[in-house]
Amino acid sequence: MEQDNSSAKTPAILMRDVTVGALNDPATAVLRDVNWEVRPGDFWVLAGLQGEGKSDLLMLTAGLMPPLAGEYLFFGEPMPIFDEARLPHRLRLGLVFETGQLFNQLTVRENVALPLCYHRNLSQSEAAPTVQTLLDQMELGPWADSTPGSLGRNWHKRVGLARALILKPDALLLDNPLGGLDLRHVYWWLHFLQQLSKGSSTLRPEPITLVATTADLRPWMEPGEKFGIVKNQTLNVVGSRAQVEAAKRELVGELMAPIAQ
Amino acid sequence: MPLPRSFTHYLGRKLFRFLLTIQGLGAFGLITIGVILKKFRTARQVIWPLVFRETSRAGLRLLPMFLFIAVALGLVVIGQSVSWLTRVGAINYLGTIMVIVVVRELGPLLAALLVLARIGTANVVELGTSRATGEVEALEALGIDPVHYLVVPRVIGLSLGIFSLTVYLILGAVLSGYIWAFLQNVPLRPADYFHQLTGALSGLDFAMLAVKTLSFGFIISIVTCYHGLAQPLHLEEVSYATVRAVAQSIIACVLIDALFILIYLAA
Repeated sequence: MEQDNSSAKTPAILMRDVTVGALNDPATAVLRDVNWEVRPGDFWVLAGLQGEGKSDLLMLTAGLMPPLAGEYLFFGEPMPIFDEARLPHRLRLGLVFETGQLFNQLTVRENVALPLCYHRNLSQSEAAPTVQTLLDQMELGPWADSTPGSLGRNWHKRVGLARALILKPDALLLDNPLGGLDLRHVYWWLHFLQQLSKGSSTLRPEPITLVATTADLRPWMEPGEKFGIVKNQTLNVVGSRAQVEAAKRELVGELMAPIAQ
Repeated sequence: MPLPRSFTHYLGRKLFRFLLTIQGLGAFGLITIGVILKKFRTARQVIWPLVFRETSRAGLRLLPMFLFIAVALGLVVIGQSVSWLTRVGAINYLGTIMVIVVVRELGPLLAALLVLARIGTANVVELGTSRATGEVEALEALGIDPVHYLVVPRVIGLSLGIFSLTVYLILGAVLSGYIWAFLQNVPLRPADYFHQLTGALSGLDFAMLAVKTLSFGFIISIVTCYHGLAQPLHLEEVSYATVRAVAQSIIACVLIDALFILIYLAA
């Protein structure tokens, strides 16, 4: 029990003076002096214009590349994790890519089942009940046996979300999840993420730590709890919703401005 | 007279790039062997079906083409040899020629090059596209080792595929060789032909055939997977990577073949 309490006190994500490299060219620094702490159960929204380095920061947070400088701890463990012995710790983190990044030769069902089958050494038939439940809850049942090539972009992202959730991670990173979605899907995503964040989802009864990136803050003001702005080659931690609204116009103005008439 | 500086720079760049490629391929090969040994029992329910799929793709599905090539190879070797062997009265060496040409040399090399053309190129395109579209990052994000999931099944499948197809190619060529000889009215009974073949074969031939074909399979799969996977790629670079992989695979196979000739000569 004591261990549980200490685990709850450990920040889910802790970055100290981190320099972030570009995913396509890890030696080139895109963000510097990133100091950021995410508590378990937080719902963070990182906003920034295209090319500011939000995705690179998220990929570093997901452990796809090491920091160029500084220290990054995920639930107290240094990241990235490449060794097999610490893999279970690494799997506490899920990542949803901006374009889904599905495996094109696999069906939707196989895409979602892959992490489960791989890490638990299950056959497709053994994983089928768990996968089918998740697909049904995410309204993906009708497309279960389709390949990604025959799905629209809206559904690609949702399959990516299902694939990231199949191992029941403690923290979920989402790269621009609302980008390019139609309104119906935007509402579905916001509602679903809110449920995950509150722990009221049937998929997961405990709150999950969420970090989402966006280039448009407006839809996130309601579900988001804490906000950071990626600008001027660093992460500016703004804080709560009220603090975003009170923040200086030059920091958040272009991320919340109505479309010019 | 000293060489122009630009020429020496060009040679230096080429040599440096060549050494870097050798280093990269060597490291990639060793990593793959390490992953095969270390994760042999990991995720068997996922990896073994992929191994069977790759073995089928690089073996069973190419069998019809190989049987056709085997018939043609028998014709080429026997068709050219019979008339000369008859003239010099050395028709008793027909089986020996089949063993030297088909079993030791042409069979394994031809099988490797055909599999390279059909499957090796597909490997580079598939893996290069996966790399360019971010599927490799997706695997890493899911905690799945891309070498284990993408490379190991291809290495095992291609090696087993080349080995088994070479065996079928040799059997088909030997059989069709006799048929072509028979059609050319060569006075050779099947039993005599069989005795010539067995007399020319030794235990070393079987061992070398296995080692050589498995080496070809390993080298082709490593080179093609390396060029598709090991470096960041954009979609427009996939075709260049394919050309590079094919050229390097052919050179590597010919060098291995030359090495085996030296072993034969020394044995």
